[in-house]
Amino acid sequence: MSKVLTWIDERFPLTSLWNSQWGKYVAPKNFNFWYYFGSLAAFVLVLQILTGIWLTMNYKPDATKAFESIEYIMRDVPWGWLIRYMHSTGASMFFVVVYLHMFRGLMYGSYRKPRELTWLFGCLIYLSLMAEAFFGYLLPWGQMSFWGAQVIVNLFSTIPVIGDGLSVWIRGDYTISDVTLNRFFAFHVAALPLLLLALVGAHLMALHETGSNNPDGVEIKKQPKDPRTGLPLDGIYSHPYYTIKDLVGVIVFLAAFSAIVFFLPEMGGYFLESNNFIPADALKTPPEIAPVWYFTPYYAMLRAVPSFLETQVWGVIVMACAVLIFFALPWLDHGAVKSIRYRGRLYKSWLAAFVISFLILGYLGTVPVTVWGQFGNAFPFYGADKATVIARVLTIVYFLFFVLMPWYTVRDKTKPQPDRVRWK
Amino acid sequence: MSYAIALLLALVTSISTSAFAADENAQLLNAPVNRLDNESLQRGARDFVNYCLTCHSAKYMRYNRLTDLGLTDKQITDNLMFASSKIGDTMTVAMTPENGKAWFGNAPPDLSVEARIRGRDWLYSYLMGFYRDEKAPSGWNNLVFPNVAMPNVLWQLSGVNKLVKTDYEDHERAQAAAIAVKGLVALEPDGEKYSVLQVEPDQRGTMTRAEYEAFVTDLVNYLDYMGEPIRNTRIHLGLLVLLFLGVLFVFAYALKRDYWKELH
Repeated sequence: MSKVLTWIDERFPLTSLWNSQWGKYVAPKNFNFWYYFGSLAAFVLVLQILTGIWLTMNYKPDATKAFESIEYIMRDVPWGWLIRYMHSTGASMFFVVVYLHMFRGLMYGSYRKPRELTWLFGCLIYLSLMAEAFFGYLLPWGQMSFWGAQVIVNLFSTIPVIGDGLSVWIRGDYTISDVTLNRFFAFHVAALPLLLLALVGAHLMALHETGSNNPDGVEIKKQPKDPRTGLPLDGIYSHPYYTIKDLVGVIVFLAAFSAIVFFLPEMGGYFLESNNFIPADALKTPPEIAPVWYFTPYYAMLRAVPSFLETQVWGVIVMACAVLIFFALPWLDHGAVKSIRYRGRLYKSWLAAFVISFLILGYLGTVPVTVWGQFGNAFPFYGADKATVIARVLTIVYFLFFVLMPWYTVRDKTKPQPDRVRWK
Repeated sequence: MSYAIALLLALVTSISTSAFAADENAQLLNAPVNRLDNESLQRGARDFVNYCLTCHSAKYMRYNRLTDLGLTDKQITDNLMFASSKIGDTMTVAMTPENGKAWFGNAPPDLSVEARIRGRDWLYSYLMGFYRDEKAPSGWNNLVFPNVAMPNVLWQLSGVNKLVKTDYEDHERAQAAAIAVKGLVALEPDGEKYSVLQVEPDQRGTMTRAEYEAFVTDLVNYLDYMGEPIRNTRIHLGLLVLLFLGVLFVFAYALKRDYWKELH
């Protein structure tokens, strides 16, 4: 065995690659609950790629056959139902773990110097994942697939001057059609998975270059070395310690994942929408077009922004900014400490306001704007939908979290950050 | 950590609340189906091919899949196959969508996954909700699906229902009355007032009320099965998978404890 390894190592840096990326990678020993979601995201990515490959073997990207081929997979392909439910559940669970992973970054300041590039690669992964999910959602060719794609592509037609031409160029047709289905299939199964894998590689390489942050924000690379081990005082090898710890995380995740796949594959209409069991029909617009839950915070913002100067483009701009503003985070945060453990009240309150806004916007995006009724005729709302007004306020809170960050992170009364990590 | 738990709880509750606001103003009945009752499913399959499969197809459902319900290939060929000759065929009908549109105004939908679109309770209530309506083109109307194109093909079994309409001053009072009924009720604005709509038997059919309820229960049970034939297997397998993961967790966690013990 070692002979084989030597033979390979003389020709390809296998051992040094393994050691630099994981085997001898030194990580802080105080990772908590929130540090499971990075490895879980990688795990779900692999799961999606594998189940996706097997789905592709029986799926037909053809407007007359796509819907039928899904039912064929669900009924006639041996274990096809399991692979399909794993893929549809995996799509939603991908966003669950990625949102929790991003929230971890916000809590512990993982985006701060020197990890800005890790954060930027992460934001690009998030963007690609949204595109991947959007393209994939058209493939079952149900009513929600069709009309969801119609709505999103129409967003581009709101752009002045080039809008109409641009949306036709994206669809390849004047409406969502077989042409659109074929190109979305190409993006979903080839282009974006390749991009995602490359970005995940870059994300991990950047992380392993700077070393991981931790719940205390302590830079272990700056610590003195332990004379016994030669490692930083609070550092341990990822392998075997985090290998086995992450394995426990994967098993717990798989239990939750399996509970959904086997007992609640539709997740009450959130993971698989009931309208999507109706084949796409270009002549019948469904009464309510709602995107899948992971896009609903942005969808709520889109709906909340009023049209102005006879164009709806402002909502689209707000939605795009809401996603893109994550990229600016490393340069907006001027706090003296990284971790929420040593931040003051100001930062904690703003983060809480941001999370609450995001969750309520997410809820509002799943329901009609009339859900909370209307205001009376009192100034200044004059019978406006309550949900719309509240979505507007929450959209402003969402942006203020970022825009005011340079100010409140400096004003915040922080506690001193320790030299050693807290660890029981 | 308290942040963590609060956030997770918020996320879980936001996911598990009901997905769809009621877009219909009908209060549905509970379909008393039992997905493990093979006899009910067999009766449902028989009634489906006899009463539904003349206009409605189930083009993703293969006849030989009915072996799931404890039937043999021979029983299926002899008793359930009128429209096809091969047991591996799917449940198609001779009526084309164009014919359907010409005859009923709307092509009868394929019923393969209808239960996944509508839900059990809706289907059950729909089949209980037909009433005589001389103004409707087919002579029939439905409490759950107003102005539906489908006539009440089961009327000889169920008998004929008539509509009973009670007016209330405002929406709140109408809603309170509807909830008090505890049965199949629809609400409808009627000018300034609100009407509570119910159906009531007018002429007897060949079945008693209880027999017809049992008939609809079997049929809905079958439609629900047909929407996802694998469901019973899926749930059964899920229990085994969770059991396995539970055992695996115990060993993995013990291993993790053992490794981490040496760290200080």
